[in-house]
Amino acid sequence: MTALSSDGLDGLLQRSREVRASVVRMAHRAKSPHVGSALSSVDLLVALYFRVMDIDPARKMLQNPDRFVLSKGHGCMAYYATLAARGFFGPELLETYSRNGSVLAEHPSPVGIPGCEIGTGSLGHGLSIAAGAALARKLRRQPGRQFVLLSDGECNEGSVWEAAMFAAGRGLDNLVVLVDYNKLQAMGRSDEVTGLPPLAKKWSSFSFGTVEIDGHSMPEIVRALEAAPFEKGRPSAIVAHTVKGKGVSFMENDLEWHYRPPSDADLARALAEIGG
Amino acid sequence: MRTAFIRALTAAAQEDERIVFLTADLGYKLFDDFAARFPNRFFNVGVAEANMVGVASGLALEGWKPFVYSIVPFATLRCYEQIRNDVAYHEADVTVVGVGGGFSYGHNGPTHHALEDIAVLRVLPGMTVLCPGDPQETEAAVRALARHRGPAYLRLGRAGEPVVHPGRVDFRIGESLLLREGNDGTLLTTGNMLAPAVRAAELLGERGLQVRVISMPTVKPLDVPTIERAARETGWIATLEEHSRLGGFGAAVAECLADLGLPVRLRRFGAQDHFSHTCGDQAFHREAHGLAPAQIADALHSGLR
Repeated sequence: MTALSSDGLDGLLQRSREVRASVVRMAHRAKSPHVGSALSSVDLLVALYFRVMDIDPARKMLQNPDRFVLSKGHGCMAYYATLAARGFFGPELLETYSRNGSVLAEHPSPVGIPGCEIGTGSLGHGLSIAAGAALARKLRRQPGRQFVLLSDGECNEGSVWEAAMFAAGRGLDNLVVLVDYNKLQAMGRSDEVTGLPPLAKKWSSFSFGTVEIDGHSMPEIVRALEAAPFEKGRPSAIVAHTVKGKGVSFMENDLEWHYRPPSDADLARALAEIGG
Repeated sequence: MRTAFIRALTAAAQEDERIVFLTADLGYKLFDDFAARFPNRFFNVGVAEANMVGVASGLALEGWKPFVYSIVPFATLRCYEQIRNDVAYHEADVTVVGVGGGFSYGHNGPTHHALEDIAVLRVLPGMTVLCPGDPQETEAAVRALARHRGPAYLRLGRAGEPVVHPGRVDFRIGESLLLREGNDGTLLTTGNMLAPAVRAAELLGERGLQVRVISMPTVKPLDVPTIERAARETGWIATLEEHSRLGGFGAAVAECLADLGLPVRLRRFGAQDHFSHTCGDQAFHREAHGLAPAQIADALHSGLR
């Protein structure tokens, strides 16, 4: 892989701005919650879909070497906006988000959304499905990597750690876990609600090759994603330190934006800040 | 219904200091008052429902009276074996509270729809299943559960459900509530289909059919004498639930009627046997499954007389 050029970096940053703008527009139009959860994962998704993954809307999904599962289904606005920006479907579909009759519900469906294969919305399912898909590739001796994005609150679920033990036990080094560690879950700070910390040590103690990065630094994200697997024979975990609501100052690090939809004035302010 | 639940639970906790509340990271701001009044009796266990139910069982077996709370599928299906083994099998005094019955979380998609919970909970030995239909019934259900001892499931709607009962109601577990007299047929309804049931009966009334409407906030134990009387006196019965037609309230009534050996016509209204891959609000999904009042009235008017 070539190093990330400054042009390449600028392109990704521009994509992030576009996706962020789409997210706040969707949340505003649909009066949808979870805008903060979507904004924290935008940079991770943009790096995956526009730089790292070998995935092409023109191919059938199973023919793509690299694949992705959004396990934190409530962050789907960022996912939908990224899929649209990457050309899996047209931007007009985003305008139907959360409307009666749309395929774009407030959690992703496995049916009807181009580019999306896995339906999620209940936390703690995606890693197991991703591990199964990674195992399937090993069995077929097929190259490529399986990526999966989890939220930090999601790591409360025991099933996450069942999947982690399985993936490590099977040596699934084609599996890459990203944790969007935005520090806020539905009712409080994720470091306080349960004994979540030390989160990176948990993954490494489960035999994952583990790195911690700034989940909003595009060079760090790309470097980590391109380097995975970090250790041969081991699955990888990228614990991405992020900010809930990232990119819109008044949404950042504020639990209100797990719930509140942007007003007209909020939208205008948010779009002005995001630029793009 | 959510607000009514919290109000009633807070009142009950004032009376009974054994009551503790556990949530799996849901109910932002809703429980602030409860947590402030009873700081040592409120626990956010995180997004970890299986653990929550097991912990509640442990607390109950030590003498506490836990209520555990999440959105229906997460509070029931996610941790079903914990409910079965740790709660029901141990006859632990735990009430599982599910918010978002039926299509209450419509826009959120099938992971948040609650269409199987009544079926799986009512088959557990010793499990009481309550599905109140409006805020008044919700408060009555919490009062009944506060007096009750043993495994229980309380299925709530979400927020903003219409108040159907004009004033305070009370029921003992297993009792139903008559909302409308009539002898041309009977609508038996549970949970948040209460308001649509009343509306459907009004529409049938406009067509000259006087239909009895009975709310059954207790699905288990079922009010068998009331069902038997309705069957004998009115000739046909329709059941209404925002839940799969398979295994839930209508199925329980069908089993009851079969056991009684009564030759009565029965029609079960509920969700069809498929996932909803199209996004929509509660009204959208109700209509897609034939659960809007006009659809119910039409089906009964043309099909069951």
